[in-house]
This record gives sequence, structure tokens and C-alpha cells, in this order.
Amino acid sequence: MRPIPMLERMSALPVTAVAQPEPLVTVRDLKVQIGTDDGLVRAVDGVTFDVPRGRTLCLVGESGSGKSITGRALMNLLPPSGRIAAGRITYTDRAGEAIDIGALDPRGRQIRGLRGKDISLISQEPMAALSPVHTIGQQLVPVIRRHLGLSRREAEARAVEMLGRVGIPKPAERLGNYPFEFSGGMRQRVCIALALSCQPRLLIADEPTTALDVTTQANIIDLLQELQREYGLSILFITHDLGVVAEIADDVAVMYLGRIVERGTVDEIFADPRHPYTQALLKSVPRLGAGRHTRLAAIRGMVPSPFDRPAGCDFRPRCDLAIKGLCEIEDPGTITLGPRRDVRCVLQRTPSTDSVVTERSTSHA
Amino acid sequence: MTDLAAPIAAAVPAGRKLAETGQWALIFRRFRRHRLAYASAFVVLGIYLVALFAEFVAPFSANTYNARYTYGPPQPLQFFGRDAGGELRFMYVNGYKMSFDPVALKRSFVVDQNSVNPVVFFARGEPYHLFGLIPWDRHLIGPADPSQPMYLWGADRLGRDVLSRTIHGARISMSIGLVGVAISLFLGLLLGGMSGYYGGWIDEVVQRSIDFLKSIPTIPLWMGLAAAVPANMDPLLVYLWITIILSLIGWTDLARVVRGRFLSLRTEDFVLAARLDGCSKQRVIWRHMVPSFTSHIVASVTLAIPSMILAETALSFLGIGLKDPVVSWGVLLKDAQSILALTTAPWLLAPGAAVVVAVLALNFLGDGIRDAADPYA
Amino acid sequence: MLDRAQMSPDILLEVRGLTKVFKPRKTLFQRKTSNPIRAVDDVSFEIRQGETLGLVGESGCGKSTVTRLLLGIHEPSAGTMRYRKKDGGSVDLDQLSENERLAYCTDLRIVFQDPQSSLNPRLQVRDIVGEVLKVNRLVPPDQIEATVRDLLAKVGLRPEYARRYPHAFSGGERQRVGIARALATRPRLVVLDEAVSALDVSVRAQTLNLLRDLQEEFGLTYLFVSHDLSVIEYICDRVVVMYVGQVVEVAPSDRLFAKPLHPYTEALLSALPIPDPAQRRQGRRIRLPGEVADPANRPSGCAFHPRCRFATETCRTTPPPLRDFGGRSVACHHAEQLSLNGVESIQPGQAAHA
Repeated sequence: MRPIPMLERMSALPVTAVAQPEPLVTVRDLKVQIGTDDGLVRAVDGVTFDVPRGRTLCLVGESGSGKSITGRALMNLLPPSGRIAAGRITYTDRAGEAIDIGALDPRGRQIRGLRGKDISLISQEPMAALSPVHTIGQQLVPVIRRHLGLSRREAEARAVEMLGRVGIPKPAERLGNYPFEFSGGMRQRVCIALALSCQPRLLIADEPTTALDVTTQANIIDLLQELQREYGLSILFITHDLGVVAEIADDVAVMYLGRIVERGTVDEIFADPRHPYTQALLKSVPRLGAGRHTRLAAIRGMVPSPFDRPAGCDFRPRCDLAIKGLCEIEDPGTITLGPRRDVRCVLQRTPSTDSVVTERSTSHA
Repeated sequence: MTDLAAPIAAAVPAGRKLAETGQWALIFRRFRRHRLAYASAFVVLGIYLVALFAEFVAPFSANTYNARYTYGPPQPLQFFGRDAGGELRFMYVNGYKMSFDPVALKRSFVVDQNSVNPVVFFARGEPYHLFGLIPWDRHLIGPADPSQPMYLWGADRLGRDVLSRTIHGARISMSIGLVGVAISLFLGLLLGGMSGYYGGWIDEVVQRSIDFLKSIPTIPLWMGLAAAVPANMDPLLVYLWITIILSLIGWTDLARVVRGRFLSLRTEDFVLAARLDGCSKQRVIWRHMVPSFTSHIVASVTLAIPSMILAETALSFLGIGLKDPVVSWGVLLKDAQSILALTTAPWLLAPGAAVVVAVLALNFLGDGIRDAADPYA
Repeated sequence: MLDRAQMSPDILLEVRGLTKVFKPRKTLFQRKTSNPIRAVDDVSFEIRQGETLGLVGESGCGKSTVTRLLLGIHEPSAGTMRYRKKDGGSVDLDQLSENERLAYCTDLRIVFQDPQSSLNPRLQVRDIVGEVLKVNRLVPPDQIEATVRDLLAKVGLRPEYARRYPHAFSGGERQRVGIARALATRPRLVVLDEAVSALDVSVRAQTLNLLRDLQEEFGLTYLFVSHDLSVIEYICDRVVVMYVGQVVEVAPSDRLFAKPLHPYTEALLSALPIPDPAQRRQGRRIRLPGEVADPANRPSGCAFHPRCRFATETCRTTPPPLRDFGGRSVACHHAEQLSLNGVESIQPGQAAHA
């Protein structure tokens, strides 16, 4: 496990200035369907993005946006009623070979070889990810042995090293502890150790800090960033919390109703949001220091049920900028604004309308 | 709400009808999707209907005997054949041809292809009182000529119709499940509810009693208790005793289910909200807690019935439960105990098939209800 | 009862020395295994009429237990809760029997955190919201549905939703039903127990605005319990900060955020992720070592000392009292000496208006 210094340097530079390295994972037009009692849900409906090497991509969205399902699809680990209906998920493995993860048998040998070793997952509830009847050591050591082919003693040493690395005090002693003997934050650290023990190249973090206290959350975010720098890890970070996004993301993809509505670097998304949903979302979070005298600009209405998806643009019924006679009829499609910057909104279609839009959105605010 | 669950939770269409659909309608909606359980519901219903109308459904009474047809083999029902007179018959059974083996000193029956006994629906036969009240003499199916034999499932040692006896036996066997479960349910609700609602030492006492009862090996316990039932007691009283003995063990599982539900509901926010609305204890329990687990209770009860049926069958089979002349599936199976009887008359096992069908159907049904019991999960 | 006269007329609820100790459940055959948990330990604060008081802290700080004590779900182990009645007189809620307390269940209402579990899925909305009206006979039975429809309209739901079951609603709508239930009695104090924490970002903003509007319309007093400081700042007039069962700081919202006096408050402020990437990577964050202390094994002295960068020997041995600092109070031995960072130094750009 050696850091990739070049990549690390790159991540600090402004994105547009540097030619992009090959992404680790490319997702093209991914569609995931989930069978429910009431019919088929298009949980993910044509999603395209890249997970760059050594950087963090944040999938942001509210519940029902399909962000978690997208994350699971990357491991081909969907709920039993779900299936990848279309699209390609291309992972470039250590040998440089491209693997279409979506096409693999979800229970097959090849995908199982990738999970845990190349692609790891940490989830919101660490207790659910750990077996309550086995000690931390009993859970860590076999995984390390199998994936890295180490002897028992070497694997144990590595487990201790990992636990120490994620900030668990006296790691050698705690190897014999059961998960319930750890606090919530420590449990999440154990999960991170478990996820990173086999030197994965991609870490999928599905709301890993949502259940934690703010002070603990801050520590976990710091830890993930340190580990990313150290190991050159790619992180797909799934969250609904824009504060966390601003803290950890390099790139951001905003999801709404199973589609990515806007994509860009974190600075672009926060400084110059182009989609009305992103704009409204940013305005609807209370900010420290704003005080009691302001009023939040809330988005009206609710996220629609995936069964009655509105015609035309998904966001149209809640959008303040919707154009009558256009938005309710036409699907905006993806408008490319830059190499890693695109948006699904008719207002962004041509450069000439672009300036008009900025005016409009500011006058609205 | 996690993102994974969201599409399912949000999946309830905003349509007015479903939005205003109550719990039981939702449960039924889910239950119906469970094909096997749904079909089993009809099987169970059928068995109970047969038990209820046993006198009418059975061609003969349980104790009608005919020494001429001892161990007579089953006469399969035939359709569309010509009788001796060349007349076309829609439905009939072939008569028996009897032969006597002088060496083995043994009678044997062969179904006689030439003799045709017409079988009709709503046949006039032995008179009976439906539900013990309404005098009638029609049977769902029976020989056109009541003096002719019709042993669809064969005959037993005394030449009694196994089919008729199985049908009559359903009444005792199936009802013992219901009555036993009813008593268990009463005890289970009462003690489990107290245990879960009050907690503390009441809970402790009830739970340790359950542990104790469950630790006693059931068969010896039953045997001990059944031995205490006087031999010359009225059959009806014996029946009652047996059900009570069975329920004494049966309530423990139900009590645990009820207690568990009470414990988990007690801390549920909506129960707390009801308390804070100023509801009395009674109202909290009956309006807010009990409706939340009735569907689970229904499922547990359905799953408890088959074990009652099996227990009765086992007890009677061992000869310590019900006895002749009472007819239950266990009593009937007792006839199939000897190897000799089985080699000559394997059809005596037919009531066993009835037990299997009833128990399986009830189990499938209970599983289906259990899966559908929480439409909000 | 000497200080009864001292309760100033604008105070709706006065809490003094409130303590709740949970003893581990002792059973017939089990020996005592763990320490008693002092979930709430000598907590004092007051809620003024018409204000929004924030109660903030991380898990295990006892904020939920405080609300449960106020509502009468738990019996306090010690302390008083004095409530000003509508007629101007006052009553000690802690002295009342369970039945006597019922008289105040319409005055003190709660909105729960989880809109999913706080609504009985087996009842229609009109029965959920109308239950309190029915049980307390506030409205004649034939008018309950009409009243519920009015309430639904007030919280921004369609009146015809009264006949729906909770499963037909989204999370945000369910929380509105919960708010309607709380408001049904025209309460004087509404406890909002993490009432917006489970909601999505866009819905959370709507709900916060709704709560503000309703407060204005009905002259409500809120006790707003949350772990999220940015929400607290947005909605609260005054804030009580708790750590492991104790109050560490009480201050008017603007003063608390401008300049915290307790190191824990400062750490909480700095830990909050700021939705602005320009603000990050400036080393502004105070890293708190370790985790929130276990209320069953509270550290000696000041409970915060193992994580505090200013801790001294005094902090390890002597529990700091809550001391008055001109309209605000703080429980820290070194409050005078410390100069802690408020929102402005964390977010120079954001607080420009102040």
C-alpha cells in the first residue's frame, strides 16, 4: 500500500486546469429497477458519472433520490428485488483491465473477489455491518487472510495496525472485544478498518456519519480524508448533508428522483449552482451565523412518488423557474457545460440563455 | 428512513382509495399475494365445513357397521358404465366378490367389475339430526340402494366406512384445535399481557412458570395428566379434559408472543403519544396497543392449531387420549397400530392423510398470515 | 415553597435542580450489574412565555430525558418543575399525581422526532389528531372531524386528508400531522424533540418555517430539542447546552453563537460541517479527543475534562457550578480566562451581517 503522490497533488489543483487521469470507475446510463408490491420502480434512471482516482465524489440527494441504490449497484449488491436494467459500470482493475461490474453474476466468484478487496462499503449503521457474535478480530483476520493471502500471524498484525490507524486506542487488546463493547463512533471506526484492511481502491461510504454525533462526525470525516491521502483511495460518498459534502467532496453529483440533475466540482456546485434544485437546496439549509432574522427559502411540495413521476422535467412541479409550455412537456436532457460539468435543465441549453438564467435566478433570490 | 427503503415506502400510490385503506384491508391485500396460503385458506375452510356438516357429508354414520364387509378394500368411484341391465350409469361403485381361502382360513374381497351399485348425490340413507337438531336423512353422496356397500376408502375391522369415520373424526380433531387454542389464547393474553404490561415481579413469575412448564417433557406430562382422567368418565368430559391438558402447555408460546408485543409497543412513540393525549390505561391498551398486534396473534393462533391437532392425535394414538366410541383421527389411527392390520388393510392409514392435509394447510395459512400481518413493515 | 413569589410573571416553566437517576432493572434472579445512570443531573433553566428555548447536546446528554420529565413520562428523582397556569397561579408539576397531571396534558404538547413511529399506522389522521380532543372532551364528538380538518389546513395539509392513514403520507407530511396533533389543544408549550432531524433537507426548511409561522399565529412557546446547532440558531431565542446530563452553558442565541463561554460549546460549533467548500481545510476545527462520556461512568470533576484542551487539575477534581455572567451562565472553572471562538471566526464571510 503506497500512496500515489502524483494523484494527491492533482486533487489539490483546480480540476479544469489539469487533464483528467483515467477514472477508476465509469458509470454510463445506469438504470436500476426495483420490484415492489405496487409495481416496478425506476430507482435509478439513466445515471452517468465517473469516480476519479484518489478523489472523492459525493452523491447528494434526498430520500428516494436513488443515491444509495446507485452506490450498491457499483458493487452489484442490490436488494433481491432489484436489478440493473441497463447501462455499464466499468471498473478498471489493478492490471488495467476493464470489467463491466453490472454484467457480472451478483453471486459469482469474480464479483466476490472484487467486493471487499477492490471495492469496500461502509454504511450508516455500523452495528448492522458487524456480526454481534464474533469479536472484532474474528471478523477482521479471516477477511485479511483471504484477500491478501497472509498467514494468521501476519493477518493479525495487519488487523492491529489497521485498528490503530483508524484511531482505536490499544488496538491489540481491543481485537478480542465484541462490537457491542464499542461506542457508536468507535464502531464506525472498526467498520472503516474492516473496509480498508484489504487496501481497496474504491470506498463506497453510504451516509457513514449520519447516525453519529457532530463531534464524532467531524473526527470520522477527518479520518477518511487522512486515509484517502495516505492510500490514494477513491471515495464515493453518499449523503444528504450539504455541510458534509462541502467538507469532503472533490466532485459532486446531485441526484433527484433517480437522475443526476447536476454534476461538477465542489466549488462549482456551491459557488455557481446551475440547476434550480441545487440552488434551492443550498438556500434551504440554515447556515451558522445567519441568525434568527432570516427566513429559509424552502422548496415547496414533496419529492413525488416514483410511481407518479411528473411529465417533462422531474423537478418542474416544485421549480420556481419552470417555463410554462416547455418544462412540463420536454425532458430537458443532459446539457454539457464542461469536461465534468453538466446539468439537466432547459434553462442551460445555449450560451445565450445562460446569462439570462443567471439574472433570473439572482433576481429570484 | 434509509434511501434503500424509500422507494418501497413511498411506493404507496397517492390514490385516494388506498390512502384511506385500513389495516385489515391492507393485510388481506398482502395475504392474497401469498398464493399457497390463500389456497390453504380455502382448504382449511373446506375441512371445517366438512366437520360442521359431518352427518350430511359422510355417507354413513361413524358407527354403522356391517360384519360382512370386515376389512373391505376401497371401492373406487367409477363414472359412465353400464350395469347388468345394460343401462348407462353416471356414477357407481363396483360391488365386492368374496372368496374364502380354506388353507389360510381367510376371507378376501375382490372388487367385482360386473356388479354395479349406482351412487347418487343427496342419497336417502340413515336418518340423523343435523347439528343435533334438524332431523334429516339425506347424505351428500351415497348408494342409491342403502343396503348395498359403498366403501370409498375401504372398511375397518367391524366393516365400518373409513371415509365416514374420517369425516366424523374431523369434527373432534379440528375442534379440539380450536377449543384448545381458545383456552391457550385466553391464558396467553391474560398472563402474557400482564407480564408485558406490568413487568417487574409479575413478569418474572410468569416467565419462570413458562420456563418450568416448557421444561417438562410433554409426553410423560400428558400421560400423567391423562391417567388422572377417570376411565369411566363421559366422553364429552374426557374431550374437555384433554383440551385443557393440551392448552396448559399451549398457552406458553402465545403468552411469549403477547408479552413481546407489549414490551415493544410500550416504548413505541405512538403509544407514548396516546398517553400524552391523556388516554386512560384501558384506552391505551385497547385502542392503541391491542389493534397493533391482533394480526400477529391471529397468525400465532393459526400456527398453534396444528400442534394441538397433532398432540390430540398423538395422545389418542397412544391410547391415553380419547377412546372409542368417540371418533377422532387419533382414535382412528389407533386401529392402524398393528402390523397385521396394516398389511391386510393399509387404507386404515387414510385418517393419517387427513391429518397431514389439515396440518399442512393450517401451517401454510398461518405462515401467510404472519407474513402479511404487518402491512406497515 | 419560599421562593414561590420569586417566579417572575413572564416565566412559563421553571426547572430547578432536576435530576433523574435510572437504576438498572433489578430482577428476582439477577444481581445488579451496572451503575445507576444519572441521565439528568441537577439541571436548572426556565422557559419564558412566547420564546423558543433550544436544548442542544449530543447523544447521551440527557436532553430527551429532560423533555420526558417535563411531560410527565418519567418521574424526576429530585428537583422541581414549576408551571405557570393560565390563571396566573403556579403549580409544581413534580408534586402532582399521575391523574392530577392529566389536567396539564393539553397545555404541554410534544412533536416527536420520528413521524413514522409516532403516528399509529392503524388509525386515520382524524382519529390520531382528534384523539386528544375526544379523550379530554374539548370538542363535541360530532365536531371533531371538522376541527381536525381546520388543523390540517393550518399546518399546510389538505383538509380531505383527514380520512387517510399515515402510510399514505411522505415523511414531511407525517410530521405536519404530528404538529397538528400537538396544536389541537391550543397548547401553551410545545416540546419539539428533534422534530426536524429525520426530515429531508428541503422538507426540513418548510417545516422550520411552518413552526415559526405557527408560533407567531398562536403565540406558542417552544422547547426545541436538537443536536443540530445550525437549526437551533435559526429558530431559538435562547439556548441551553447540555453535556452528559448537565447544563454547561445557557445564553441568548446570538451571544452564544457569537462568543461561546464553554469549551464544549466552542467544539460543537467548530465541528459543525459548513456548507461552503471555501471554508474548509483551514484547520479551524477543534478536534475533540475520544467520545461523549458514558452517563453511567461520568468522569470526576467537570464531565468534559477528558476531552477539554484547557483542563487543569481543578477540572479533574471539582465539578464546576453554573455561574452567572450577566444574562448568561456557564459551568466552567476557567470561563473568565478563556477567549473562545464563535461563529465569526469559524465563518468570517457568513456572519458579516451581525
